[in-house]
Amino acid sequence: MKKGSKVVQYNRWGYIFLIPFVVIYTIFSLVPLFSTIYNSFFENYKSGLTHIGPNFVAFGNYIKILSNAELWQYAGNTMILWIIGFIPQIIVSLLLGAWFTDPSLRLRYQQFFKTVIYLPNLIMASAFSMLFFTLFADKGPVNSILMQLHIIKEPFTFMANVTATRTLIGFMNYVMWFGNTTILLMAGMMGIDQSLFEAAQVDGATSTAIFFKITLPLLRPILIYVLITSLIGGIQMFDVPQILTNGTGDPARHTMTMIMWLNRHLYNKNYGMGGALSVLLFIMTGILSMLVFKFSSSKEV
Amino acid sequence: MKRETGMSVQLRRSIAYTVLVILSFLCLIWFYILFINATRSHAEMTRGFTPLPSTHLLENFHSLLGGTLPIFQGLLNSFIISVTTAALCTYVSTMTAYAIHAYHFKGKKYIFTFILMVMMIPTQVTALGFVQLVDKMHLMDSFIPLILPAAASPVTFFYMKQYMDSVLPMSLVEAARIDGAGEFRIFNQIVTPLMKPAIAVQAIFSFVSSWNNYFTPALILHKDVKKTLPILIAQLRSADWLKFDMGQVYVMIAFSIFPVIVVYLILSRYIVGGVTLGGVKG
Repeated sequence: MKKGSKVVQYNRWGYIFLIPFVVIYTIFSLVPLFSTIYNSFFENYKSGLTHIGPNFVAFGNYIKILSNAELWQYAGNTMILWIIGFIPQIIVSLLLGAWFTDPSLRLRYQQFFKTVIYLPNLIMASAFSMLFFTLFADKGPVNSILMQLHIIKEPFTFMANVTATRTLIGFMNYVMWFGNTTILLMAGMMGIDQSLFEAAQVDGATSTAIFFKITLPLLRPILIYVLITSLIGGIQMFDVPQILTNGTGDPARHTMTMIMWLNRHLYNKNYGMGGALSVLLFIMTGILSMLVFKFSSSKEV
Repeated sequence: MKRETGMSVQLRRSIAYTVLVILSFLCLIWFYILFINATRSHAEMTRGFTPLPSTHLLENFHSLLGGTLPIFQGLLNSFIISVTTAALCTYVSTMTAYAIHAYHFKGKKYIFTFILMVMMIPTQVTALGFVQLVDKMHLMDSFIPLILPAAASPVTFFYMKQYMDSVLPMSLVEAARIDGAGEFRIFNQIVTPLMKPAIAVQAIFSFVSSWNNYFTPALILHKDVKKTLPILIAQLRSADWLKFDMGQVYVMIAFSIFPVIVVYLILSRYIVGGVTLGGVKG
C-alpha cells in the first residue's frame, strides 16, 4: 500500500469508528470499576436507620472481610457448587466430543443431539431454577412420581438437605453448560490432524488407547481454556442458587455463593464491604483471565 | 481386513446411542413436565403427577393475567430491552471491529490487546460503582443503563473481528473508495451486509443473554411497570408461593422459557454452528 496523505486521512476514521465503544466502555465499565475500588477504602454502611460514613479507613474493609469467616464459607460453597457441576460436565463432554468426531462410529442424528444438549444453555437461569424449585418441592411432581413408584413413602424435603440442594444446583449448572462445552471440545478434536488417528489405527490401537494417547494430550490447551473459563463462570454463580433458595443460601447458608453475598451487600447499601468484596473478586477473575489470555495468545488468536 | 482388538464398532455405537438418548432425556424431561403442568389445574396437581396434558392451559393463562404480577408488562419490557440491546450491541461491535480491521493508526495494537484483556471481567465486580453511577445520573428505573453498556461488548467485538478477518478483503474497501464512497457509507452499505451471518448469530446471543439477565436489572429496576421477566420470577419465588395457584406458577415459568425455545428451534443450526466460531462464550 502506498503511503500518501489520503491513506493517513482514511486512517483517521479508525479513531472515529472507535468512539462509541471507547466512550461507552469508559462510562459504564471503567468509571464503575474505579469507583468500586475507591469505595472499598471507605467505611460506608447503614446501621439501622443511621448511615455511617463514608470515612476513610485505608485497608480496614479488606482486613475485616478477610478475617470474616463468612467469606471463606461462601468461597468454599462456590467452589463446591462449581465442582459438582464441572466434573460431570467435562467427563460427559469429552465422551460426547470423542464419539461425535470418531469417523469409525459414524453416528447419525448428530445435529439433533447437538441441538438438544445445547438447548438448556439458552434457558433463563432464574426460570430454570424456579422450575426446579417447584418440581422438587415437597408436594411437587418429583416427589409425587417417586411416591407413585413406591420408591419413597414420605415426600423428601430436598430444600432442607444440604447435599440435595447443592447437588440440584450443581446438576442445573451441568445441564445448562455441558452442551456448550461439548461443542467447544468437538471443535478442538476436529482440529487434530486426521492422519495421526489413521496411523494409530493402522498400528492396531484401540479407540480407548487413541483417546488417551492422542486426543487427550493434543487437546490440552483447549481443556485448560475450558477449565479456566468455566472457573470464571463459577465465581459468578448467582441466578440459580439465588432463585432456588430465595437469596437465603439455605439450608444454613450452605449454598450461599460469593456473588449472592455481594448482592446482599449492594441491597443493604453496605458499600465499604461490598467494594472490598468486589475488588477481591476482580483480582481473582483478573488472574484467571490473564491465564486464559496467555494460553490463547500462545497459539494464534 | 484389520481386526479391532477392543469392543466392536457395533457395540460402541449402541453404547453411544444409549448414552445420547439418556442425556437428551435429562435435558428435555424438565421442559416436558413444565408443559404438562402448565396445562393442569391446581386441583389436578395436588392429586399427583400424570404424564398426559390436561385442558386447563387457557384457564391458567387467564388467571395469570388477572393475577398480581404485571406479567404482560414484564414481557414487553424484557422484549424492548433485549431487542434494542441486540441491535446496538451488534452494530457498534461491528463498527469497532471494522476500526481495528481496516485502519492503521497509532495505539491500535494497545486498544486491541486491552479489549482482549478485559473480555473476561464479570459485570458483577463493577456492579457497585455501576449502581452508584446510575443513581447519580438519575437513571434508576430507566432502561438506558441496561441497554447502552451493551454497545461496548468485548466478546461480541472479538467474534466480529474474527469473522471480519475471514470475509472482508481490503481490496473491496479500496475499490469502493476509488468509486468515491465515504467511509461511513462503505461501512453501512458494504461491510455490514457482508457481516450478516455473524451479526445474526451475535444478535441471537445478545438477545438471549439480555432476556435472561437477572443480576443487573434487579439492581436498577424497582418500579412494577419497569420490571423484566427474571425479576418477576424472583418475586414469584419470594412470594408466599404455597398459597399460589400452581397452574399459574407453571404458566408463568413456561411464559419466560418457551419463547426462547421456539426461536432456538427455528435457528438452532446457526446457533450451534456459531458457538465455536468466536471461540469465547460464557
